[in-house]
Amino acid sequence: MGLSPRPDPRFVETSSNEPWITTKLDAFVNWGRKNSLWPMPFGTACCAIEFMATAASKYDLARFGMERQAFSPRQADLLICAGRVPFKLAPVLRRIWQQMPQPKWCISMGACASTGGMFDNYAVVQGIDSIIPVDVYVPGCPPRPEGLLYGIIMLQKKVANEHSGDKSLRNEMEPDPDTQLYIPPSVIDEVSEPFGNSIHQTRSGL
Amino acid sequence: MSNDGSFAPVVAGSALGAGAPAPVSPRNVAHRGGDPNQSVEPMRQQFGAAVRRVDVVWGETTVVIDPARVHDVIRWLHDDTSQRYDYLSDVTAVEFRDLEQPIEVVWHLRSLPYRRFLRVKAQIDRGAALEVPSVWDIYKGADWLERECYDMFGIRFVGHPDLRRLLMWEQYNEGFPLRKDFPLRGRFSRSEQLRQALAANPEARYSKDELSIADAFEDLPADMRRRLTTGERTGE
Amino acid sequence: MATTKRTVEVELSTTGLDAQGRPQRVPLAVDEGGNVLTMEAPPGIEPDLSGEHMLINMGPQHPATHGVLRLVLELDGETVVRCIPHIGYLHCGFEKIGEYRQYNQIIPWTDREDYLNSPGNNVAFALGAERLFGIEITERCKVLRVIACELSRIISHLVWLGTTCIDIGAFTPFLWAFQQREEVYEMLEMWIGARLTTSLTRVGGMGADIPDGFTEKLSAFIRGFPKIVDEIDRVITRNGIWVGRTVGLGVMSPEEAVNYGLSGPMVRASGVAYDVRKDFPYLDYETYDFDVPVGTNGDVYDRFLIRMEELRQSTRILEQALKRLPDGPVNVDDHRVILPPKSKATSDMESMIHHFKQVMEGPRPDAGECYVAVESPKGEKGYYMVSDGSSKPVRWRIRPPSFVNLSAIPRMVEGHLLSDVIAINASIDIVMGEIDR
Repeated sequence: MGLSPRPDPRFVETSSNEPWITTKLDAFVNWGRKNSLWPMPFGTACCAIEFMATAASKYDLARFGMERQAFSPRQADLLICAGRVPFKLAPVLRRIWQQMPQPKWCISMGACASTGGMFDNYAVVQGIDSIIPVDVYVPGCPPRPEGLLYGIIMLQKKVANEHSGDKSLRNEMEPDPDTQLYIPPSVIDEVSEPFGNSIHQTRSGL
Repeated sequence: MSNDGSFAPVVAGSALGAGAPAPVSPRNVAHRGGDPNQSVEPMRQQFGAAVRRVDVVWGETTVVIDPARVHDVIRWLHDDTSQRYDYLSDVTAVEFRDLEQPIEVVWHLRSLPYRRFLRVKAQIDRGAALEVPSVWDIYKGADWLERECYDMFGIRFVGHPDLRRLLMWEQYNEGFPLRKDFPLRGRFSRSEQLRQALAANPEARYSKDELSIADAFEDLPADMRRRLTTGERTGE
Repeated sequence: MATTKRTVEVELSTTGLDAQGRPQRVPLAVDEGGNVLTMEAPPGIEPDLSGEHMLINMGPQHPATHGVLRLVLELDGETVVRCIPHIGYLHCGFEKIGEYRQYNQIIPWTDREDYLNSPGNNVAFALGAERLFGIEITERCKVLRVIACELSRIISHLVWLGTTCIDIGAFTPFLWAFQQREEVYEMLEMWIGARLTTSLTRVGGMGADIPDGFTEKLSAFIRGFPKIVDEIDRVITRNGIWVGRTVGLGVMSPEEAVNYGLSGPMVRASGVAYDVRKDFPYLDYETYDFDVPVGTNGDVYDRFLIRMEELRQSTRILEQALKRLPDGPVNVDDHRVILPPKSKATSDMESMIHHFKQVMEGPRPDAGECYVAVESPKGEKGYYMVSDGSSKPVRWRIRPPSFVNLSAIPRMVEGHLLSDVIAINASIDIVMGEIDR
C-alpha cells in the first residue's frame, strides 16, 4: 500500500447487515467510476512521453474511457504523476492534489515518481508518496505503455472493490500545519535512505 | 525581412573567403601539442601579460586570462573585425577535487564568420572573492548561463542585471550544489529538505512594483534601493 | 555556398495581416448589408482601462507549456507587456551525479535529460568521451551513429509537431506523428531493447550491433515516412488558421538570434545558416549529401517550415547511411574501454582482468578536457567534460540548446497576444529535462 494511510478497501470490515441494495449500488457506482476515469497527466519528464504514446493510436487510452484528459485538476479524478518530481515542484504537486475534488486516485508512473528512481541526490523527492497519497505504483524507466495500462487496470480493480459503507475512504489527507508533512519525518528518512550503492557506483569507491 | 525578394542568409565561414577549405570531421586528434587557434597570437599582442597561459588539448585551444581583464578580452574578441567571436556557446565553472587547484570559470566562444572555437578561462584562487565580470552586455545569451553558474557554484558575475537563483528556488539555503564540499544527497535530511520545499509558496511571484522597478530604480527611496541591491527578500 | 529558396504559395481569403502587420482579427458577424462587424467598440464608447496591468501565472502545470515551465506574464488587456520565465521545476542534479559515475554509467543519464533525443544524446556523449580517451571509432560505428542521430531527429521533430499542432488547435496530426514514432520505437527496441531511453552507445562503440531485419525495417520506414510528412503538410502548411496564427510571431532578427546564442531551427529561421553538422562536422557528416533549410522571416511559421523540411532531409541522410553501411566490427578493439566477450572473460585470464578493471574501477582517460558539440534537433548540444585522470569526470557540463533558446522568450513575446505566447513557446521546441537538468 506504500505510505498512504488509506486502508485497503478489500479488507475493511463492513456491517454484516449491509443490505443487498447497497452492494448493488456500490457495484453500479464503481462500474461507472472506473470506466470513466478522467486522468490529469502531471507529466514532467520521459514518462510523460510514454503516457502520450499510451494515449495515442497504438495503445489508445480511449478504450478505458480516459480519452478526455483533464488539464484542470478541478475536473479530474485521476492524477497520473509521470516523471521525476524535484523538491522545487513538490509544493506544486501538493497544491494540485488538494485542488482535486473527491473521489480521486493517484497513479505514480515510473521509477522516479515512485521512489526517486535513479536520482538519489539533493534535488529529487524520493517518491511522491511522501507528498500525496498514492494508489498504484507503476515501475519502469519509463514503463512501457502496456505497463501503464496494467497499472490502470489494477486501479480499476481497486475502484471496483470500494464500499460506500467505508467512511474513511474519502478522507482528505491532512498535513501537519507546521511541517506540511502528512507522514512522520522519521518514516520519510527511513524509506529514503540510500539503497545499496546509489551514491558511488561500484562499492569499491574508486 | 526584405520585401524585394532578395534574401541573403548569414553564412558561417563568410569571413574566410571563397578559397577556404570546407570543414571536415576531426580524426586522430592529438592529446597535446596541436596548432593553437589563430586568435591566440593577436590576443597575446593585444593583451600581453593578461594572457597567462595557452593550452591546446585534444585540438581545442584554451586561453587562461587574468580574471580582472576577462571583460576587456571578451569585448575585444567580440568587436575586433579580425576575430568576430559573435556567438557565446556556454558560460560555466569547474571545481577540481584537488582543493589546491583554483576554481575555473569557463567561456566557450565561437566565431561563426571565421568558423573558430575558443575556450577562455579565468582561474580564481582559493580564498579570493568568487567574482568575475559579467559578459551580459556583450552577449545577451549570457543572462541565464551566468545565473545558473551563480546558482550552482556561488560565483558572482559583476555587472549582471539580475543575478538570482535560477534552477533552485530563491530561498534555497542548503548551499551551492555543484561545489565539491556539497554532498551529493544534500546537507539536510530528506524530511527536512521536503519540509523546506513544501514551505515555499508555489505562487510566489513578482509584485507589479518589482516588475517595473528596473525602469524606475532611480526614483525609489534610498532605503528601498539599498534593500533591493542587497537582495533582501520579504519572504514571498 | 549555394543556397536555394523554395517559395510556398498560400492562398487565403484575407491576407491574414492588417495594415499594421498584426494578425487580423476574425470578424464577429456580417450584417444584412454584407458589411463585416468587427470587435471594435463604436466610437465614443471607449472604456478607460489604461494603467491597469494584470499579472497572470502560466504553469508550471499547464497543458501548453511543454513540461514544467512557469511563465509570469504582465498583461495589458490581451497584450503581453513583459514575460518572466521561471524554470528549475525539473532540476534533478544531472551534472552533480555525473561526478559520481564512470563514463559508461553516465550514458543512461544522457538519455533522460533531453528525453526526446535519447539516441542523439548518447552519440554526443560517446563522441566526447572518446575524444578524452583518444579513441578512433570504427567506420561501421560511425555510420550506425549517423543512423541513430537522424532517427532521433525524426522522432524529436514528430513530438514537436504533434504537440505544436495540439497547442494551436489541430489534434489529428498528433496521432499521425505518434504512429510514426511507434514505427521508430519498434526499430530501436529491436536494436537495443528500449523504446525511449535507449542508452545506445558505449565509449568506443555501440551497446549492440543492429540485428537481422533491421535494415529491411529501416528501408520500409524510409519509403513510407515521406508520404506521412506530405499528408501532414497538406493538412497544415497552407491552412488559413495555421498561417494566421503563426506568421509574423516571435520574430528575431539575425543579429539578435546570434547574440542570444540561439541555435538549431531557431537561429536558422532568422536567416543564419549555422548547423553544427555543416560548420563543425563530426561523424563524417561532410560526406553526406543533405540540405539545411534556412528561413527568411524569423517567425514561428518559418521555424515550422524548417522542421518539416528537416524531417525530409533526415530521411535523405538515412537513405545514404543505409547504402554505405560497411561491414566490420562495431566496437573498437581497445581493452581499456570495451568489455571482452563473456565467453573469453570467463575463461581467459587476461580478459578476466580487463573485465574486472573496467567494471570495478572504470576506464580512466588521461587528464584533460574537451567540448564536443552536435546538432541536436533543438540546436547546438554540447558536452564539456573535464577529467583529472580518474574514472569519474571532475566536471560534466551539458550545454543545453533549449535553455539558451528559452532565455530569449521574453524578447520574443513582447507585444504579442496571450494566445500567441502559446504558439511562440511551442515553436522554440523546449524540453524541460534538458533546460533544468
